[in-house]
Amino acid sequence: MRKYKELLFQNIFFFSALIAVAGVFFITVFVFREGWPLWRKYGVLKMLFGPRWAPGIEGEGVAFGMAPLLMGSFYVTVIAAIMAVPLGVGCAVFLAELSTHWWAKALRPAISLLAAIPSVVYGFFGLIVIVPLIRKYLGGLGFSLLAGGGILAIMILPTIISVSEDALHSVPKDYKEASLALGATHWQTIYKVLIPAAQSWIIAGIILGMGRALGETMAVILVTGNRPLLPSSPLDPGVTLTGTIGTEWAYAAGDHARSLFAVGSVLFLLNMVINSLAHVLKKRRE
Amino acid sequence: MSLFTVRTTQKFAFVFLRMTAIVTLGCLALILFYILHAGLPHISLEFILGFPKDMGRSGGIFPTIVGTIWLTAASLVVAVPIGLGAAIFLTEYTRRGRLIGVIRYFTANLAGVPSVVFGLFGLAFFVIHLGFGWSILSGALTLALMILPIIIRTAEEAFSAVPNAYREGSLALGATRWQTIQKVVFPSALPGIMTGIVLGIGRVVGETAAVFLTVGGALHLPAGIMDPCRPMTLHLYLLAAEGISLSRANATAAVLVLGIFIINTVANLLLNYFPGNKDTERQKRGGKERIKS
Repeated sequence: MRKYKELLFQNIFFFSALIAVAGVFFITVFVFREGWPLWRKYGVLKMLFGPRWAPGIEGEGVAFGMAPLLMGSFYVTVIAAIMAVPLGVGCAVFLAELSTHWWAKALRPAISLLAAIPSVVYGFFGLIVIVPLIRKYLGGLGFSLLAGGGILAIMILPTIISVSEDALHSVPKDYKEASLALGATHWQTIYKVLIPAAQSWIIAGIILGMGRALGETMAVILVTGNRPLLPSSPLDPGVTLTGTIGTEWAYAAGDHARSLFAVGSVLFLLNMVINSLAHVLKKRRE
Repeated sequence: MSLFTVRTTQKFAFVFLRMTAIVTLGCLALILFYILHAGLPHISLEFILGFPKDMGRSGGIFPTIVGTIWLTAASLVVAVPIGLGAAIFLTEYTRRGRLIGVIRYFTANLAGVPSVVFGLFGLAFFVIHLGFGWSILSGALTLALMILPIIIRTAEEAFSAVPNAYREGSLALGATRWQTIQKVVFPSALPGIMTGIVLGIGRVVGETAAVFLTVGGALHLPAGIMDPCRPMTLHLYLLAAEGISLSRANATAAVLVLGIFIINTVANLLLNYFPGNKDTERQKRGGKERIKS
């Protein structure tokens, strides 16, 4: 009797563990299946690199070129990284090497709160603060890829900071002591010894942050203007892969709905590549 | 002379590093200030407990708070038992082997899937394929899948932190594996598990994209799990995106931020209060050993 009970529980736990695997499998199947007929009909390359996104039009004018969406996502992700990397890595170095107890006590909860604030609140903040600022000082509509990148920069800071800090802590203490013993200053030790030693793990953190920026929806949807045209400057309005799904799903039907699942598949694959890359980089350090 | 430049460089570098910390704190302060400053004056008991009128242009947000609570409760009911089961399997039954590697890899991958893709999946699978329609059930199942990795990871950490001597002691006394897990491992891992659950709650309360595609967004008070609903986040998005009412959006954002602040504080307290959690480990590495309670 006891033996059967043991076996029963072991199997229950085993199946619970398999649900995560099944989840990824089902997501892949259902998202890709819906978009599949469209890839077949219009061709993968034509859809990925076509310059015109007009999926809702009846008849001849319909076009499923994702280039504007890919460019939009690329712009906001890169802008976010450019702003967040110096800040995030700097803050991690500060926390790991310089901060007094008081600073750490103030910074850590702040960073965890930054990570916990809902994306839609960030988007709302961008809408009422950042968009008007850009409109006033940099011109244009204000609704722009720059606004999207700016708000994403704040959102990905916690990821970059916490991974980089872990990376810096993982460097053996001997390295630092040896460098200081050789007469190097604290700063020389930081940028010639500690940062190079933690490099690949820090890069993994940056890549993870960029993955988060790429996958974010609600924050960018409220500030980028959602215009599916090829952007020529960061001050142009634009649309991201995620934003397209968010704004169009409610009225999409037929091929249009399928095209959104196709966009979702691209997003899924890009994210998979990014996460695997970060995983490999982090493993290399360990 | 050369020593002087080295010193000056260090001085400038440290000023820069200090600035990054100040800017990070400043970003948070700015966001909190704007959201609360603009929102708090509009919050009243009528706003919290009142019903929205005219698509949310006036009135309160009570149904959206109920919607958020429904979604949170329903997704936890699904995700917590499955997550704990998975964590128990990963730590207590087998610690190595190819299967474990595969499960870990997929769990990590699940955590990286963008929330809007979860939404698309929920729409295709729960809403349409299984015929649950736009409902709390569809939304909660989608969210459950989304927070599963958080629950699994934190529970795994909590189980691994339980000293092996506890298990050996229990097994040596003749207890079975399940009895050991149930009576010995689980109670000592409970604080860590709670942390994961609170983090999961925070994620569910703050999530918008995944629920946007699955819950329907109706503004009535939901009566059951098959009803559509509109959580606070979605309400805020619709108010802001469609320009319905800036003041109501402000107030909703402030309520959300306050809610998240409370949830986050509870999670931090749990993290800092109990040994074996990640932060205590970090402090130990920094040489500031914490007295174990």
